[in-house]
Amino acid sequence: MIRAAAKWLAMIGMLWAANVHAALTIEITRGVETGTPIAIVPFSWEGAVKPAQNVSDVVGADLTRSGRFAVLPSKDYVSQPHEDKDVVFKDWRILKAEALVIGSVRLVAPGKYQVQFRLYDVFKESQLAGFRYTVGPELLRSVAHQISDIIYQKLTGEPGAFNTRIAYVTLEEPVHARPVYKLQVADSDGFNPQTVVRSTEPLLSPAWSPDGNRLAYVSFEDKRSKVYIQNVADGRRELIAQFAGINSAPAWSPDGKRLALTLSRDGNAEIYVMRLDTRELRRLTHDPAIDTEAAWSPDGHDIIFTSDRAGSPQIYRMSASGGSAERLTFDDDYNARASYAPDGKSIVFVTRQQGNFRIAVMPLNGGPMQVLTDTSLDESPSFAPNGRMIIYATEVRGRGVLASVSADGRVRQLFKFEEGDVREPAWSPYNRDLQYKE
Amino acid sequence: MKNTKHLAASLLLVLALAGCAGEQATKPGAAEEKGGAAAQTAPATEQGAGGAALSEQERMKAQRQAELLAQKRVHFAFDSSAIDDEARAIIEAHAAHLVANPSINVQLEGNCDERGTREYNLALGERRAQAVEKMMKVLGVAGNRIKTVSYGEEKPLCQEHNESCWRQNRRVEIVYK
Repeated sequence: MIRAAAKWLAMIGMLWAANVHAALTIEITRGVETGTPIAIVPFSWEGAVKPAQNVSDVVGADLTRSGRFAVLPSKDYVSQPHEDKDVVFKDWRILKAEALVIGSVRLVAPGKYQVQFRLYDVFKESQLAGFRYTVGPELLRSVAHQISDIIYQKLTGEPGAFNTRIAYVTLEEPVHARPVYKLQVADSDGFNPQTVVRSTEPLLSPAWSPDGNRLAYVSFEDKRSKVYIQNVADGRRELIAQFAGINSAPAWSPDGKRLALTLSRDGNAEIYVMRLDTRELRRLTHDPAIDTEAAWSPDGHDIIFTSDRAGSPQIYRMSASGGSAERLTFDDDYNARASYAPDGKSIVFVTRQQGNFRIAVMPLNGGPMQVLTDTSLDESPSFAPNGRMIIYATEVRGRGVLASVSADGRVRQLFKFEEGDVREPAWSPYNRDLQYKE
Repeated sequence: MKNTKHLAASLLLVLALAGCAGEQATKPGAAEEKGGAAAQTAPATEQGAGGAALSEQERMKAQRQAELLAQKRVHFAFDSSAIDDEARAIIEAHAAHLVANPSINVQLEGNCDERGTREYNLALGERRAQAVEKMMKVLGVAGNRIKTVSYGEEKPLCQEHNESCWRQNRRVEIVYK
């Protein structure tokens, strides 16, 4: 597992190096003052050449983005400890820091770095966690995200989702050439982008397999919509659906054995479930309206989907084995592209409010829907695997960009890519192959 | 609604250019009024010259047919696949052309504006293409000569974020093969 991850990360490391100037910046557009105050002492460095990745900066950015922490500015730190013996808790109580992170990065062999970190509870004066990793330079960001996950878990009691990935589609339209669509995969903070598919025709609807190793997507490379499944690591792919009409909206069952699809092979957009081992199809919906955008409940029992059977697009739920559908959304005249939170207790979807398309969440226990965004063309929402953040596509000055919002709507940020149009984000599940521990 | 005056103005321009209609949207009602006026006034001013008046009428009809055939796009309201009078006149002209020319086939390409979700729009684009297909079949075009495809919101003609742009993008393109 670790070797596979190392190989994969080495590959994107190279791609990253080639792409180093295609910069991405993350702008926090809405923050909170109320996060847990935490001090992160810039990690010490021992070695001839400083690595490109500053581990403690990545950790600080991760924790800030989560909206659950206020990272105290390092210029205010009275001391700069890197070892356990140098920690003076009084220095951190003065700053009102509740938690303290220290660490170091050391070159231990050519191309091998040893990263150590410790997390402390300042008031209890006790160590909460301490880990050591020995990795190549290409894994330093991944290690930083794992450190963020550990800190997040220790301090909030919930798993972090920093060491995960996002898939999305970019579009570049050169003036004198054909447009270029790319299906890309990057770290959850938008760094290390890797191109999985490149085409001069539209790509859309990337969907992660539950193990985080494959992507299903829709490609127009044959001038009409077809569904493919592609292995992210080695690029191998399979053509899954090329029936007459549209082939679209792939969604994996939680066990990874079936794929829900929208097909119009029987004349009208309906939802089908395909067994991936036999390619056997089963039709779930039977309605002259549009039925599309299926998503599975985390337990695999139910499917939610978009249908305009009542005159305008709304979210419905039905058993994954078929039967009648129950309407879930009643507010407003356009609710679409829903998916479940990882705990299955709420859904996220696109809603139209006074002509603006926004991201909303709604608990499934009958509670009211909550609109999380205030922009005008927000699409393609997807939960992080810990259920705390939602990534979505929006538009800034006419250009498609990615953004994320905390599930409670309190923190928002924009992922600013230097050029092109970015859309169709999908947050990966946890991927065991990305874990590296010593 | 604001566009009505603009359309009427375009129509005068289109008629002046006779046959150079290009992609401009014409208002069918206005064209028929003009044709009707010609048909009414001709017998009054040219008594006994019925033959000449008829050919004038035919010439007007052919000209209008050519104008409609030059329009390769029909447009739709938001989240709708309903065919309005303007679209109907264009589809009728193309259906007549297909019936008269059995060796050509047609592809109907459904498209949407950027608003709403991409997958829903993919299905909506197909429904628009199917609405045009259905009408062409009713008008006598054999089903095996018509192909439909949906591009959803993926192939906009116009990139701005306003209603005039969105209307251009909500369309079925009639492509002869």
